[in-house]
Amino acid sequence: MKKRKIPLSHLKTKLWIFLALAGFLIILSLLAPLLCPNDPFATSAKVMNQAPCKEFPMGTDRYGRCICSRVLMGARTSIFSAVSLVMITFVAGTVLGLIAGWFEGVADSLIMRLADVMLAFPQMVIAIAVAGILGGGMGNAMLAMGITGWTIYARLARAQVLSLKKEPYVQAAKLSGCNAFTIMVKTLLPNMLGPLIVNATTQIGVMMIGIAGLSFLGIGVTEPQAEWGSMINLSRSYVQLAPWAVFAPAAATVLTVMIFNYLGDCLRDYLEVGGKE
Amino acid sequence: MIKYVGKRLLHLAWIMLAVSFLTFLLMYLTPGDAASKKLSAQGVAVSEEVLMQTRENMGLLRPFFIQYGDWMLHAMRFDLGVSFKDGFPVAEKLWKGLKNTAILMVVSILLSLLAAVPLAFLAALKKDSVFDHGIRLISFVGNSIPNFLISVLLIYFICVRAKLLPVVADKSVRGLILPCLALSIPIISRFVRQFRAEFLEQLGKPFVAGARARGVKEFYVLRDVFHNASINILTIVGLSVGTLLGGSVVIETIFRWPGLGKLAMDAITNRDYPVIQGFVLLTCAIYVTVNLITDISYHFIDPRLRER
Repeated sequence: MKKRKIPLSHLKTKLWIFLALAGFLIILSLLAPLLCPNDPFATSAKVMNQAPCKEFPMGTDRYGRCICSRVLMGARTSIFSAVSLVMITFVAGTVLGLIAGWFEGVADSLIMRLADVMLAFPQMVIAIAVAGILGGGMGNAMLAMGITGWTIYARLARAQVLSLKKEPYVQAAKLSGCNAFTIMVKTLLPNMLGPLIVNATTQIGVMMIGIAGLSFLGIGVTEPQAEWGSMINLSRSYVQLAPWAVFAPAAATVLTVMIFNYLGDCLRDYLEVGGKE
Repeated sequence: MIKYVGKRLLHLAWIMLAVSFLTFLLMYLTPGDAASKKLSAQGVAVSEEVLMQTRENMGLLRPFFIQYGDWMLHAMRFDLGVSFKDGFPVAEKLWKGLKNTAILMVVSILLSLLAAVPLAFLAALKKDSVFDHGIRLISFVGNSIPNFLISVLLIYFICVRAKLLPVVADKSVRGLILPCLALSIPIISRFVRQFRAEFLEQLGKPFVAGARARGVKEFYVLRDVFHNASINILTIVGLSVGTLLGGSVVIETIFRWPGLGKLAMDAITNRDYPVIQGFVLLTCAIYVTVNLITDISYHFIDPRLRER
């Protein structure tokens, strides 16, 4: 089988482009309040279901709210919640995995058995149940997605620690009297971050879709706060009157998820090729 | 083999025990106790006296572990209590919903396999061709679209604009088309990606080059590639059941399909806790059982495992 080799520099350029795009989206979401052409919460009976025009670049919804402004504010909710959720689960999972892998014994059994049980719940099922029971809100939606989210990193980190443990340099660190914390942070962590970060990047899209799904069902971020999933849910009932009210948040969701997913793919390819060369 | 199955069954039992405990704990920790939840779900005005009486009747004044033990012993006999809303047994409601969800899921999985296996196989054979790139692009985009969005787009283009199908799913074959499509499209996209990688991995193995060099007919080479890839394909399909179970909640709510997911969403709206509890327990049971069956079926596909 012929293998076409993709040069490392090519992958690097792609990686930088998508890193820049993702960074741009994050900055955009942080600056959203400054960029809104109109007040995203102001309702108006005069401009209900207005088609896109100069004043309202993406039209208005049933309540006469500016969709462009709401999509921008929604970026803040969606991107911010997904990125921070991934960061929290990443840190929590990695720490637990490190502890389980390094100390083994009771800590290992406890943490990994808990992870096993969590994996028995299909992620969206438990998220829907938890968010539904706790009631709406971004915090609850994030909690609902995070309950099972940490297990990926914990399992991966533990497996890495178990294989790294046998490496001479880790043994050397241990014999030279470093305490467990120093070994974990200074010796183990830098050598296992690659795959963990790739996983975290691909999880951003998953979490975004998950939180949007909860909001779509009405048990995640709730009105009047702007969020893409709940915007699509509200406007789908009058989609024949104002299709732009569905398409604007829909396009925003798909584009954002695509950018973060592609970033994850680039990162994985880059680390795989870079690791070999 | 029997020893292995026994070990796995024991593991499954312990996982389900832990799952049932967590599910019970979740309900126990929610604000407001079950008595007031039950009364408010039925729309009864709550006075302290009525509340105490209901608590007494529901056995809520007993210690936590006794309550859990009691609930679990009943759950093991498929008695999941009665719905707060209408007093129907939860198990009966779940059973009705399960039948409808099963139709949806089985059709969706079959559809996904029928679409994904040939596409992935062709893409892997014609690696880096235009076809391969096209398939990869489509599956990448399909992977990035949430299933609720696919449903809304399908409804808009097929029902509202083209007026080809009704929006609300009735139980005819026509009613099945849209929910199944909405459920399968993300799954097909993921399958294509993962199956293609799997086929490529097998095609790159030395046995393929060896067989080709010996002049073995391409058909037999590909048959072996397919057979070897089928173990991982099976794992991927088994794991996708979890996604399908979660996705069916969204899809059934949108298309008003009277399955488990719709039941769960209605229960959430009505704060009907025993039904939610039953739903979580049942979906977990389905998920772990399906994955156990996939694990066991490796033994039938891979003869090397039989000897262990």
